[in-house]
Amino acid sequence: MAEERIVGIDLGTTNSLVAFMQGNMPVVIPGEDGLNLVPSVVAVPARSDAHRADPVVGNGARKYLATTPDRVIYSAKRLMGRGVEDVRDELALFPFHLADDIEPGEVLRIRLGDSEYTPPEISAFVLRQLKRNAERYFGAPVTKAVVTVPAYFNDAQRQATKDAGRMAGLDVLRLVNEPTAAALAYGLDRQKDGIIAVYDLGGGTFDVSILKLNEGIFEVIATNGDTHLGGDDIDNLLIAVALNDILGEEALDLRISPEAVQAIRKSVIDAKIALSSQDDVSINIEMTGALKYQRTLSREQFEQLIAPVLARTTAPCKQAIADAGITAAQIDEVVLVGGSTRIPAVQRLVNDLFELNARGKKPHTDINPDEVVALGAAVQAHILGGGSSVTEDMLLLDITPLSLGIEALGGVVAKIIQRNSTIPASATEHFTTGVDGQTNVAIHVVQGERELAKDCRSLARFDLKNIPPMSAGLPRIEVKFLIDANGILHVSAREQRSGKEAAVEVKPTYGLTDEQVESMILESFDFAEQDIYQRQLIESRTEVDTILAAVQKAPANPAWHQLTSEEHAEIARLAAELRALKDGEDLTAIRKGTEALDKATRRFAELMMDDAVTTAIGGHTMQSAGDKLAAGNNLGDAPNAPHPFAPAEIK
Amino acid sequence: MQLEKANPVNTACWSCGSPLTAARLVCEACGKIQPPSVAASYFEVFGLAGKLHVDLPALERTFYKLSRKLHPDIYARSSSEEQQWSLANTSLLNDAYRTLKSPLPRTEYLLKLEGVQLEDPSHADKQARTPPDLLEEVFELNMQLEEMRMNRNVGEEDLTLRHDLENAKIQFDSQLAAADTELESLFARWDQAVDASDDAQKTNVKEKLTALLDRRRYLRNLVRDVDEALSN
Repeated sequence: MAEERIVGIDLGTTNSLVAFMQGNMPVVIPGEDGLNLVPSVVAVPARSDAHRADPVVGNGARKYLATTPDRVIYSAKRLMGRGVEDVRDELALFPFHLADDIEPGEVLRIRLGDSEYTPPEISAFVLRQLKRNAERYFGAPVTKAVVTVPAYFNDAQRQATKDAGRMAGLDVLRLVNEPTAAALAYGLDRQKDGIIAVYDLGGGTFDVSILKLNEGIFEVIATNGDTHLGGDDIDNLLIAVALNDILGEEALDLRISPEAVQAIRKSVIDAKIALSSQDDVSINIEMTGALKYQRTLSREQFEQLIAPVLARTTAPCKQAIADAGITAAQIDEVVLVGGSTRIPAVQRLVNDLFELNARGKKPHTDINPDEVVALGAAVQAHILGGGSSVTEDMLLLDITPLSLGIEALGGVVAKIIQRNSTIPASATEHFTTGVDGQTNVAIHVVQGERELAKDCRSLARFDLKNIPPMSAGLPRIEVKFLIDANGILHVSAREQRSGKEAAVEVKPTYGLTDEQVESMILESFDFAEQDIYQRQLIESRTEVDTILAAVQKAPANPAWHQLTSEEHAEIARLAAELRALKDGEDLTAIRKGTEALDKATRRFAELMMDDAVTTAIGGHTMQSAGDKLAAGNNLGDAPNAPHPFAPAEIK
Repeated sequence: MQLEKANPVNTACWSCGSPLTAARLVCEACGKIQPPSVAASYFEVFGLAGKLHVDLPALERTFYKLSRKLHPDIYARSSSEEQQWSLANTSLLNDAYRTLKSPLPRTEYLLKLEGVQLEDPSHADKQARTPPDLLEEVFELNMQLEEMRMNRNVGEEDLTLRHDLENAKIQFDSQLAAADTELESLFARWDQAVDASDDAQKTNVKEKLTALLDRRRYLRNLVRDVDEALSN
């Protein structure tokens, strides 16, 4: 195959998936465990040596939740592009620990064991796993991907996702909005013109998008949502109920025990899922210390409990419909996306919001709501890769979900690109200086719908530098703001009187600079595997030197003469082989050779040991035997796999 | 990152050498994306003369047609230069479509092209000049709004006052509708003046349009203030 495959990735709050276009159909690529969903869970197991342990991702990471929850993180997507002041409340119910020294406006760092990781690094671990799954499936490298993001993600959250891709060694060709991707997956089968709405309630985010389909063009006309609303919030409600029950019945406050909270989380999620198909469910949680928690929960109680969470999706839907300039009755089809849309109460709400029952319609659920976004991403990846007859007329015209503005005098926002504008979109603004000879102008760019800059999302502060010194008000600096097809902002500036390009220095709020991203790639990714390999190679060569030196000295030892001549010949042959292998790069061969030689010399080592013990106190002999034994013990360990699953740290 | 260079006007396709037409965004002959040249006007992008009546379904068809030629998705495998051009030209297309499809932004844009300085809508909200014929009504309305605010502060609701405000809203709404009707007739007069190349008439209509837009913006802000007061 001449051209490299481009994969589509759904980087979800709860689960992530990778898919590609197989012929005319997008399909999900399963992981090594045969499952399509890779839980977005990352564990950093303890390791005895000084090196950073390799993270474990997915189902393999889940088991650490029960044993070492302080080394595991899930739902990290909720932390992407956010500041410490945004997440404090929300972290109360998650077992994550932030680093203590994060300043407001700085990118977050989460403590996992002894190390700290930024949210993009954690997402990069997940992306890297998906990349590996795809590479294993194709038997070929995968370096290009389309990655989906919630439609309502702001610039910082999008940039953080792109950074994560880069750290994972993926060239992210496009960020696609999740609901739009879902529409693409549906649109593939039934190219029917009309207006569709996508209601996407996932693990941690809610989006609603309204699209106009016209002869293969998917034109998004309005989008709205809440990047902190999803299944996680339902889980947290149920956990709070259980914790309260236990506090009341047993006078036990389990909030302080992350292990117990995790056990409860697992059980209530199972209960939640069961309640989508049955009327009541009994929750049984056995915790350490012979503590049992038991209660039944009816669907009615469940629905009452979660009603406030579901109600929060109403206003965004109504706003999107209003922004689209239509009424609910003009929407031809509604597509449901995200695991949480399996909840019957959610489906009823959608029926009401979009007046579906009254019009004899039903929301579409025929494509698995957990997979539809990844499948759509695969379709878009296929289109970017040149497409085929099946995608020939398909073109996605997406929009920016939030208005872009500049902080003007008095902290008021001057909007320069309105929300729901088709992207790429641009705006040009002019600035000047206030003081004679001023050579710098600072611009504060924000995103959001509120009137005051302090109520909007701070995106970045741009410093326009190298403005030729002139009298105040004379320079005319033209600044061009451009939102690209990924929904990410670019800024360029020019001083028009001198025609000089002004240097733009960006200070992203809650973001990483290019250099930081670059350093994280070096530290933990692209070279990590190679680094580990090199380290292991060096260690193995040292072992080879030790054992060969011992073999060299062996004939001088009386024990040597107790071996047979066959044994002498075998040891000499293996030693010669190993000497030849030593300077090569084949770690496995070196290890095998070392192991073989060690095995062949084991009887000699035992004899030498016996001699040393029986012939008494010769410290000199004792030491060499000890060295020899130590070397033997090392070799007796299982060879280090490139990505070992280190044992859990038991405290 | 440098987004675009102000290149001199390109008259021929960089790839096949065919002469370029109107907005020079893409070569009609070979379909190649063109470097952004001295900015084409939004009207030129759509091949339109600067008229105020726009056939919206036709505008949408052209938008889709051009999107299929310019969009970055189509250039994902092209040189980074072509990708930059596609980004610049598509954003121009999108900006143009967004502006031209709604009558008010379209009118404001046209007036700007014609060299008219409009009040900056982002700053003018509060300090805008009150149209003389509205002075009396606006004075009374502001009194009522102030009273409403004071009542709310002490937790009272004056039904008569609410009723008065509702009446005021109906009145301002109808004035807004009248302004829209007037706008329509000015559109027609502008387009006739363009067809007839009647510069005197164009200048006349331009002045009227400018005054009307200011008045309309003022009325809209009033309606918004009343809505806000009533919804609380």
